Amino acid sequence: MDLQIFWFCLIAVLWAGYFLLEGFDFGVGMLLPFLPRDERERGVMFETIGPVWDGNEVWLVVAAGATFAAFPVWYATMFSAFYLGLLLVLFFLIVRVLSFEWREKSESPRWRAVWMWANTVGSLGAALIWGIGLSSLLYGLPIDSDGDFTGNLLDLFRPYTVAAGVAVVLLFAFHGASFLTLRTTGDLSERAAAAARRLAIPAAALGAVALAWTVAVAIDRNDKDLFPPLLPAALGIAALALAAYFAFARRSGAAFTMTALGTVLLVATLFTSLYPRVMVSSTDFANSLTIDGASSSHYALGVMTVAALIVTPIVLLYQGWTYYVFRHRLGGDEHAADPVDLFARKTGA
Amino acid sequence: MSSLATTSVDLARVQFAMTSLYHFLFVPLTLGLAPLVAVMQTLWYRSGDEAWLRLTRFFGTLLLINFAIGVATGLVQEFQFGMNWSIYSEFVGDVFGAPLAIEGLAAFFLEATFLGLWIFGWNRLSPRLHLATIWLAALGTWLSAFFIMVANSWMQRPVGYALTGGKAELTSVSELLSNRFAIWAVAHVLLVGLTTGAMVVFGVACWHLLRRRNMDLFRRAAKLALIVAVPVSAVNLGLGSELGVVVTDYQPMKIASTEAQWDTCQPCAFSLFQIGGFTESDQTPSFSIQIPRLLSLLATNSLDGEVQGMNEIQSEYERQYGRGESYVPPVRATYWSMRIMAYLGTLIFLVAALGAFLYRRGRLERTRWFLWVGVFSIPLPFLAALAGWVLTEMGRQPWIVHGLLRTAEANSPSVSAWTIGLSIGVLGSLYVVLGIVDFVLMRRYAKTDPPESFGEQGEEALPAAGY
Repeated sequence: MDLQIFWFCLIAVLWAGYFLLEGFDFGVGMLLPFLPRDERERGVMFETIGPVWDGNEVWLVVAAGATFAAFPVWYATMFSAFYLGLLLVLFFLIVRVLSFEWREKSESPRWRAVWMWANTVGSLGAALIWGIGLSSLLYGLPIDSDGDFTGNLLDLFRPYTVAAGVAVVLLFAFHGASFLTLRTTGDLSERAAAAARRLAIPAAALGAVALAWTVAVAIDRNDKDLFPPLLPAALGIAALALAAYFAFARRSGAAFTMTALGTVLLVATLFTSLYPRVMVSSTDFANSLTIDGASSSHYALGVMTVAALIVTPIVLLYQGWTYYVFRHRLGGDEHAADPVDLFARKTGA
Repeated sequence: MSSLATTSVDLARVQFAMTSLYHFLFVPLTLGLAPLVAVMQTLWYRSGDEAWLRLTRFFGTLLLINFAIGVATGLVQEFQFGMNWSIYSEFVGDVFGAPLAIEGLAAFFLEATFLGLWIFGWNRLSPRLHLATIWLAALGTWLSAFFIMVANSWMQRPVGYALTGGKAELTSVSELLSNRFAIWAVAHVLLVGLTTGAMVVFGVACWHLLRRRNMDLFRRAAKLALIVAVPVSAVNLGLGSELGVVVTDYQPMKIASTEAQWDTCQPCAFSLFQIGGFTESDQTPSFSIQIPRLLSLLATNSLDGEVQGMNEIQSEYERQYGRGESYVPPVRATYWSMRIMAYLGTLIFLVAALGAFLYRRGRLERTRWFLWVGVFSIPLPFLAALAGWVLTEMGRQPWIVHGLLRTAEANSPSVSAWTIGLSIGVLGSLYVVLGIVDFVLMRRYAKTDPPESFGEQGEEALPAAGY
């Protein structure tokens, strides 16, 4: 396969991985002010994603790094075009990152409330902007013949992109609620399931609208045929419908699988719709950035392909193992084993 | 228009300086503290001595508070190349992007995942496996330093590339990775990290020894810190000066500017301190203290080596790169940043050496004035590291990639000065607030007693495990 197409697909996979994994982190963050009854339950919610959120966020870092390395022109135009949006994303992500480590460092209720809201606002804001930003790549932005962005922040806000952004927010909230249902016990798990049911219809409906609209935009503005974008979009709509069904059927494992699938298919639909372009120009369709025109040399792509093929399986292995280690439901009164006891067991003392 | 463009590029420079220096306040501590905490935990694992477990958890929490802000500010670093420097990004992406992408894949995943496992794995993993997680996280931080220094070193000394269609294209990844500049720079940065980690552990230990609390614990911490700090800071002085020789080979203008050396000299004296002599119109200092031949030695490893002066290099560069441009970096900034770095580096070594001397005599805990010196030495490695980056980056000016692309031509044409100004305002005020909170948190936590054993306090009280 052509290395350029391989890297386009890999970047799509990285975004899909980011949406899939950080999606439920964001969802948990958005539900923080609503689900817990007390500080202990709030702590449990933080702990469901505590061991994994940072590793999940690296998917974004690698997606951005891979774009820089494999498609420098795309990276340069996209990041300078999304300037203020990215500034906001940075703001949201920074306060959210710190909320994890800093929240517990004081007992003061006000301090804890501030960092809880930092997480909630950061999660919601970042999800919204990623939805708007990625869909803008397809909808088109003012790009001149030099490949430079000539518009302003408002060019990112179109009915389609805003719908996609809101759909991503709702989808992540639904995904996060399904995740919490699986990862917690007792009353908290019940309330998470109830939240999932409440979010199921709006998230699935708006998600379906965003998917169908993406196909329409692809045909209308990116010169695509109905097929292939229709395929992931139809599968995505089906997955979201099933997710809502399973949420109401109280089959939380199946519901989470379907919200995960729906999230991945949303990204897949978007990148299938973009191909063979990476950024559509609304100024003149001919100015659009293409995979061919934006990519690095064959040699550089080859080097990175080798690195990616060696490292990625190892990363997937240990990230998967992390989820296995932290598979236990939280929220009961499970007693933490003392490492000193574990140590004693090791030495047989 | 041209004045506005100048404003944009200057503001982009200000933002890069601000965000990068700020980010690097946290990086060296992570680089140093991660392996030190791993060593502490290893000592516990080997001996079963709970003192080391308590120290592991105590310094582990400091590591985590620091790591969080490092991650947060690191995102800005990755994004701002494209946001503020789109011409640069397009020009270098083929070469510079590869180490950056591989850094994410090979290093960030490692440190983020295994640090998560370490924080929450205390009672889920076997002690041996749990010990492995902190070592793997530390390895991740070191790998990340390696890849980012490879990328930065390519900007100082471009290798393994060809210019094709006005862009740099990678032609040899082995040349990129074995860049002589990178080898020295990576080693230098890692030792800076270890020195910083050790001096922070030492300073915190001194504070507790002053309070006469947990004496046994912090005596051990101080010993471990000194065992690391004395040799590492000594070697790093030599390594830094050797890096200077490498720089002389590839960036003679940087060295000449660092020494405010306008005319070629042989042999060359090293100026310890000088007043004046920092601008083209005022090339002779009105006052200076000099050590004969030392500059020759530092820059060329020979007592009568020749060091080219800025005037000569300027005319050479004019022939090579075009007339009408000044190729002289900001002389005053490079001169002083180098001296701040070197003097502080020497001071750190002296503090550590004196500490080791007192420790061996068994007088460390009783020498209260010196314990205070230890506490107030905590900022020194941070300041030295910042000065080092000012020297490295400002000494490369006017180039963003040495000899290939000028900084003034590398910023994003589509981003207005107003936008960058806004971004500086937002990030700047956020950074100030976070800096204060981080400082207060670190200080408060560093002053607490190390946690007792796990069981009695329950999950909530675990500093390293509680969210």
